[in-house]
Amino acid sequence: MTSEPFPRPFAILAALAAALFLLPLVGLLVRFPWAEAADALTSPEILTATGLSLVTSLSATALSILLGVPLAIVYARARFRGLRVVRALTTLPMVLPPVVGGVALLVAFGRRGIVGQLLDSAFGIRIPFTTAAAVLAATFVAMPFLVLTVEAGLRSMDRRYEEAARSLGAGRWMVFRRVTLPLVAPSLYAGAVLCWARALGEFGATITFAGNVPGSTQTLPLAVYLALETRPEAAIALSLVLLLLSLVVLVALRDRYLPTS
Amino acid sequence: MKPLALLVAILAVGSCGGAPRAELPTSASTAPPSGTITVFAASSLTDAFGRVGDELTTRYPGTHFIFNYSSSSTLATQIVNGAPADVFASADDRNMRKIADAALVQGSAAVFATNRLQIAVAPGNPKGIASLADLARRDLVVVLAAPSVPAGRYALDALRQAGVTLVPASQELDVRAVLNKVALGEADAGVVYVTDVRSAAGRVTGVDIPEPHQVVARYPVATLRDSRNQRLSSLFVEFLLGPDGQRVLGDFGFARP
Repeated sequence: MTSEPFPRPFAILAALAAALFLLPLVGLLVRFPWAEAADALTSPEILTATGLSLVTSLSATALSILLGVPLAIVYARARFRGLRVVRALTTLPMVLPPVVGGVALLVAFGRRGIVGQLLDSAFGIRIPFTTAAAVLAATFVAMPFLVLTVEAGLRSMDRRYEEAARSLGAGRWMVFRRVTLPLVAPSLYAGAVLCWARALGEFGATITFAGNVPGSTQTLPLAVYLALETRPEAAIALSLVLLLLSLVVLVALRDRYLPTS
Repeated sequence: MKPLALLVAILAVGSCGGAPRAELPTSASTAPPSGTITVFAASSLTDAFGRVGDELTTRYPGTHFIFNYSSSSTLATQIVNGAPADVFASADDRNMRKIADAALVQGSAAVFATNRLQIAVAPGNPKGIASLADLARRDLVVVLAAPSVPAGRYALDALRQAGVTLVPASQELDVRAVLNKVALGEADAGVVYVTDVRSAAGRVTGVDIPEPHQVVARYPVATLRDSRNQRLSSLFVEFLLGPDGQRVLGDFGFARP
């Protein structure tokens, strides 16, 4: 275990960088309310928020797979004018402040929004303040992670397998199901997990677009934020649980997505 | 030894901070006030404190005021956890007490304004909302502030006094978020402060709440013990309590304590 040579000052800067990430974790562990944690984590509102978070994040992931995989295929395979612009616009939520995303969703799907107005007058459907709004907000911010990951997988796969299948008489659907999909499965898996993790952590777009409604839009991050003011020990306990959950996701992805030595 | 030198340099820069630690007491009484302070204020004070800051900066060039607006409960949590605030203005006594209990208040808090509740509805009141009892109507989308936020608790008090029970469509994180949901048309009604309706400048209409159901919000202000510019912090508080501060607050619809 001997290091290879590198400029020495980097060691200190690297240590500072690592400290930035490790100290908050240490803080949570030090302040973790061992005595009250069980009560805090099993209180009715936390259990409700946990259940809701699972429902909304998994629904957002399912929706992202249903719509995002076709989008990734179009991005990787189709050629048309304006493709790059559309691609950039659909990637925007990755860099957009989530609250801005929430405002954008309101003006599109809100009661006075361009689509929301039609939904309300034609079908009496109102999206804001419902679980559907929380799912939509989570999908909006999380789907780009899946699309980019699957698109990268499609671009790097060996196209000769598909060509071979085509030459043997398989149709487009057959090739997609039996050749393309299995080949991009690792990317799809990694993309879906990243997408789910982002959806689980979603806060800004949710509070702006879906509001804070216990039982229907108050997801775990919102519950943590509110608990910090009234029951800080519950917020700390929850934060550590969410952090450990994220760690599990990273470990699960270790070999498939993150570069390892 | 170069890495060590670098570490020392980083630590030295880090520990210096930006501003000097304390003012020299000798010149403090004669020289004009100067410097920058950070004021943590309840979100309902957003417009009024913006004007207060402008007036003070005009009167004392060289002073600068940074405002952090949020719900009083969020601000109190931030201050207790070490946020660098010089002055705290809360929309209720409860959150000021949190700071006082943590021994973070310099001297004692003073109430500088009061506020009352109003029902914010769409401009012109198209849904014909006349009272708190109307908020229980099935055809209305009503939002309140979360119960942990002063405006949310005051709203629940008012509803209780009126004998009205309702399930809000959303519990917003601060009173300005309630106002915005009504102004954007996502909600038909929300319970906010009189001052919020006034600062919305026509984007919402206010429906009065009759006296027996009314709740009076008290706004205490205090300078904080850890402020590095006690002089400017005190000046800010004195301005609020004095005639000029009261005039500005009155312009925005706040009442005298």
